Amino acid sequence: MPLVASTTVLDELQEKFGPAAIIPQPTRDSIPTFWTPKEKVREVIGFLKNEIAEPYKMLYDLTVIDERVRTHRDGQPESSSTVVYHLLSFDRNQYIRIKVPLTADRLSLPTITSVFPAANWYEREAWDMFGVVFEGHPHLVRILMPRTWKGHPLRKDHPARATEMGPYQLDEKKEGREQEALQFKPEEWGMQTSHGGADYMFLNVGPQHPGTHGVLRIILQLDGEQIVDAVPDIGYHHRGAEKMGERQTWHTYIPYTDRVDYLSGVINNFAYLTAVEKLADIQVPPRAQVIRVMMAELYRIISHLVWYGTFAQDVGQLSPVFYTFNDRERALGIVEAVCGARMHPNWFRIGGVAQDLPVGWEQMFHDFIAYLPSKLREYDHEIMENRIFKGRTVGVGVITKDEAIEWGVTGPNLRATGLEWDFRKKQPYSVYDQFQFDVPTAQGGDCYARAQVRVEEMRQSLRIVEQCVNNMPGGPYKSDSPLATPPNKNYTMHDIETLITHFLSVSWGPVIPPGEALGAIEASKGNNGYYLVSDGSTNSYRTRIRTPSFPHLQILPRTCRGLIVSDLLAILGSFDYVLADVDR
Amino acid sequence: MISPYPAVTLIAVLFGALTIAGGLVWAERRLLALWQDRYGPNRVGPFGLMQTLADMIKLFFKEDWVPPFADKWVFIMAPAIVMFTVLMSFVVVPFAPGIIISDLNIAVLFFLGMSSLGVYSIVLAGWASDNKYALLGGMRAAAQMLSYEVFMGLSLMGTVLLAGSFDLVDIVNAQRHMWFVVPQFLGFVLFMIAGIAETRRLPFDLPESESELVAGFHSEYSGMKFGMFFVGEYIGILLVSSMITVLFFGGWRGPVLPPIVWYFIKTCFFLGFFILLRAALPRPRFDQLMAWGWKLMLPLSLANLLVTGAVKLAFFH
Repeated sequence: MPLVASTTVLDELQEKFGPAAIIPQPTRDSIPTFWTPKEKVREVIGFLKNEIAEPYKMLYDLTVIDERVRTHRDGQPESSSTVVYHLLSFDRNQYIRIKVPLTADRLSLPTITSVFPAANWYEREAWDMFGVVFEGHPHLVRILMPRTWKGHPLRKDHPARATEMGPYQLDEKKEGREQEALQFKPEEWGMQTSHGGADYMFLNVGPQHPGTHGVLRIILQLDGEQIVDAVPDIGYHHRGAEKMGERQTWHTYIPYTDRVDYLSGVINNFAYLTAVEKLADIQVPPRAQVIRVMMAELYRIISHLVWYGTFAQDVGQLSPVFYTFNDRERALGIVEAVCGARMHPNWFRIGGVAQDLPVGWEQMFHDFIAYLPSKLREYDHEIMENRIFKGRTVGVGVITKDEAIEWGVTGPNLRATGLEWDFRKKQPYSVYDQFQFDVPTAQGGDCYARAQVRVEEMRQSLRIVEQCVNNMPGGPYKSDSPLATPPNKNYTMHDIETLITHFLSVSWGPVIPPGEALGAIEASKGNNGYYLVSDGSTNSYRTRIRTPSFPHLQILPRTCRGLIVSDLLAILGSFDYVLADVDR
Repeated sequence: MISPYPAVTLIAVLFGALTIAGGLVWAERRLLALWQDRYGPNRVGPFGLMQTLADMIKLFFKEDWVPPFADKWVFIMAPAIVMFTVLMSFVVVPFAPGIIISDLNIAVLFFLGMSSLGVYSIVLAGWASDNKYALLGGMRAAAQMLSYEVFMGLSLMGTVLLAGSFDLVDIVNAQRHMWFVVPQFLGFVLFMIAGIAETRRLPFDLPESESELVAGFHSEYSGMKFGMFFVGEYIGILLVSSMITVLFFGGWRGPVLPPIVWYFIKTCFFLGFFILLRAALPRPRFDQLMAWGWKLMLPLSLANLLVTGAVKLAFFH
């Protein structure tokens, strides 16, 4: 992996803003990375989005790094907290990373919500987690933590464990305060409480509601049954996955990733390890690569089957959820035989996978490959061709192509707008470039189109799985790199040096070289990226998880205005989000 | 043609209806399970037959709770209304010759009247709960049941015309040579759809729609008050199936077997069909349902009535 910054966009930026305002930084993942002062940030990002040729149209991610205890900064500009923007250009098929240094006495910079409206939630999260103030933000309030929370959890001086925080007590007064904080105040969101002499009804959907698929709260402003506006309230599923990344070793963090998008199992491992292996510069052997692809695609099918059944249930169809869960059960049976676990397989390792495939695995896969297509045809008749189902989904919750790009929508939800964009094809990671599969798209960007894309994706994933089974290479299932985990044990009993290395690597975990890398992959719900900062230690300095579900929920109010409550549930079902993937 | 022992018939019908409704709960759960590749209740008693009884005992022993914010008396009355109106309708159902509580000469109108009153139960429950979800459910119920009632009545008029009577016994007897489902096929389809809507079953369960409104109009109900809505729904299905049998499929008429057995066979067929519908169909949206009712079903039932009347006038007068 070359440690050089790309030149073209650098030239364009320096020509426009002068070399002093654009300072390049080499990174492990070779994404062009530039430092710019906070006074310039809005202009720079506006230029990248609107003026430059082949523009960066999507705000991929926005986050912060607390730099105060970092040792390996290698000539980077002085900074106490660094705001990091990731943009994505579809024309260039390239990310760009903009970094803004902030000083300790004033953690503030101008908002970019006027350039990228999608920055709204990301900036709220950055404020919530790091205390960085975005001047001019329309409504800078906490998003993941409770409103009553003191402190900013992802700062290095904030404790990570409950035992460091003193006992928790909930007396009556405190309970009252917490209740008060949960009260929804329409004025705060610029909403009117009445219109033309009639009051609007404000309806709490969630946090416990059968249609929200988890602990999500949506406050609806209703005129009769018609939705005037909606405010999603997230954070009920927040478990501090990013903070844990800074405590766990590189190796012991793998099981935590399983639990981010808990329906997609190893796909989470895949994203995380793509980033780790970029940092450590590990070449994964071919057999491990193909096993990874095979299991990831199996999990894509598993995740889509859950979505298929529950989506049908959301529009009132009772039976399909049982059928698709039965099919999923078969797939999970294979997962269990291979990984030993089902939903949380914890199966990938740094440099490969945990174990070789079990005896008889081919037959299990062949059986499943023979079984699923006829079932999918059956569901086509039962669900996709059902007229009532079509009546509920066609033309409902439309997202246009431009809107999708503007708001950071990826994955099947993006492809449903007609844009053929799949990171497995466009930026092939692992060995995806060696497989034959189509990228299904649909027109219209409505609930039905999103369903069409996912249904077809299951067939394509099955194709990939079949190719994996038929062409599984031999050889080791894990890299022999000294940083692979658990390290190879071949020589440990023969010479003392290998024994010591092995002992350290198992007890402390591998020391990943300092640097930064983004590992972004096509997960089942969209683009899942792990932006890791290593400080040359046994654990990560900063683990940023960019999940697809987060922006998908942010766009929700735009899709449901003017529709009725029933449509909201259809839209939620069609988005296929997982709350743990939203809140992390 | 009234039974010589009216009190016996009354008690038999009352307990018969309640027991069959209980059995129906079990049958539905087992059938749904069969179609959905799972087992359903199979632990309590043989084949799980005692499950409903166990559930009922549980409901009886639950706290009889009225939410403090609810309109207390209306809240308590609402579930009683649905039980009352549905059971009252059974008064006019002719199960077999001699097995009928009251052979009213306006039986069809009485049935329609009682099922119209049933909507009060749902609307009042939704209103008295003082819960936004219940209110939305109640609103949907009012709109849905009122609109579907209109063509429910109209769809029956063809049958009444052919039989020349509002009396259900006369209607059954008029089907001596041919079941009314043949000349009145459209009427049958329309009545069946309206009947499903009246009983608020999928695909017409919008007042409840558990994936949207939690439990709709009965969100705040628990214990036996909830049980009354629940049992009321199943007795309602039994009633509508009975009415379909009586009005369109010759009631108790059939060869060899005793009349009451024929009545049961036919009714059970429609009960099964109701359950199958629930297993198969998704739920349309509220506005789609209304548009369908007013723009398609109502004109069709009017046309059916007109054509039937014209044919009757021209050929049988």
